[in-house]
Amino acid sequence: MSRLIRRYTARERNNHWIVAIAFVLAALSGLALFHPAFFFLTNLFGGGPWTRILHPFIGVVMFLFFIAMAVRFWRFNHITAADRQWMRRIKDVLCNRDENLPELGKYNAGQKLLFWTMVVSIPLLLLTGIVIWQPWFAPYFPIWLLRATVVIHALAAWIMILGIIVHVYAAIWVKGTVRAMTRGTVTEAWAKHHHRAWYREMTGK
Amino acid sequence: MALQSLDITARSATTTPPPGVRSTLQVAKLIDISKCIGCKACQTACMEWNDLRDEVGPNIGVYDNPIDLTDQSWTVMRFSEVEVEQGRLEWLIRKDGCMHCADPGCLKACPSPGAIVQYANGIVDFHEEHCIGCGYCITGCPFNIPRISKKDNKAYKCTLCSDRVAVGMEPACVKTCPTGAIVFGSKEDMIHHAEGRIEDLKERGYAHAALYDPPGVGGTHVMYVLQHGDQPGLYAGLPKDPQISPMVSLWKGVTKPLMNLGIGLAVFAGFFHYVTAGPKEVPHDDDEEEVQS
Repeated sequence: MSRLIRRYTARERNNHWIVAIAFVLAALSGLALFHPAFFFLTNLFGGGPWTRILHPFIGVVMFLFFIAMAVRFWRFNHITAADRQWMRRIKDVLCNRDENLPELGKYNAGQKLLFWTMVVSIPLLLLTGIVIWQPWFAPYFPIWLLRATVVIHALAAWIMILGIIVHVYAAIWVKGTVRAMTRGTVTEAWAKHHHRAWYREMTGK
Repeated sequence: MALQSLDITARSATTTPPPGVRSTLQVAKLIDISKCIGCKACQTACMEWNDLRDEVGPNIGVYDNPIDLTDQSWTVMRFSEVEVEQGRLEWLIRKDGCMHCADPGCLKACPSPGAIVQYANGIVDFHEEHCIGCGYCITGCPFNIPRISKKDNKAYKCTLCSDRVAVGMEPACVKTCPTGAIVFGSKEDMIHHAEGRIEDLKERGYAHAALYDPPGVGGTHVMYVLQHGDQPGLYAGLPKDPQISPMVSLWKGVTKPLMNLGIGLAVFAGFFHYVTAGPKEVPHDDDEEEVQS
């Protein structure tokens, strides 16, 4: 067994999982209202009207906790020259040829891009969601705005869902990753292999 | 009204054909604005038949009363004072309400299966028991007709008295109209009737008299005879070429299947990437500083 390095505190983990749970609920209820193929998902929320009632509140919870999380992780997500190099070698990343990849800090470019995707899409979802929120806010906006807003809301949600699919897959694909968010620690070997600059910073080696 | 369940041609949020083997006569209501005297008997008949009692609101100094459509007022008279020619004032009174589009934007936008249906006879009806109160029908409608009730958060609008029509009666507004400005029958007959009225109006100097049956929404099952058919906007902003907004078409058209496809592909791409490239594991030689624990 390799030694362990702390990657996330308990607060950070809880924050992440509140956002994650809210996302799953918002995505399921949102998809239910988006396409007839998913309308059956309204049953998970107590029927059509309940889905319509709950969805925006779930979204607000997701937004608030995401903001807290974004503030915590903002400084680790600036794109660097190493990130650009990593992105140019995305083929090596996907084919598991990790020896060709540059040294990375706490996050790789994929994680950072996901972060910025969320930073853009979640506030956009909140703003557009407020405009179409029945019965509280929608009646105060002109119909032409509602028409544009529903499309933007759907697009932003779609981009976010795709981003999260990649995020979840990456966590499953890169072995030893999930424990960072469930137990807060990763092995030294994991850190050294995937995030060497962060490993050096954490261990002084 | 779910009585005509076998006569449905379109059903909201439904991707397979609804029961539609029976075909019935296409109906239409024709409103001849040149004959309307603005007595509001149709508003009253609508309230009576449909058991609606709107709140008594304030009068803001115009004849329009109530001032707008509501969940309780499915039809309202809209009064416009216009000077089409210099020095010749005209009072145009349009009975506003659902137009029962052949291509209904409300039905297209509705996410709840069966909350909006279109009967084979052309009537577009809301089934409030399936309505979830999302307001999408409002974004879909090119005529700004559906209203959501503050009491139950369900959308309401004119049913064209689908319950009466189902048993061979004309809508309540038609029945009550004292001047014969509102007539009801097969769509074909109504178009024919309108042609006679338009000819008459043209003889009386209304050179641009025309039937309002806008093709942008596939035609409507409520049609107007307009004295000034070239300027429908004079009639309290009746749209000249109403269409389902391109935003709504985009949202409810290509976007839905493409987005589903994208989500599905992303999931499958992950799965097949995993079985092709395999998991990304920390190689053993990286573990030089292994600690015995």
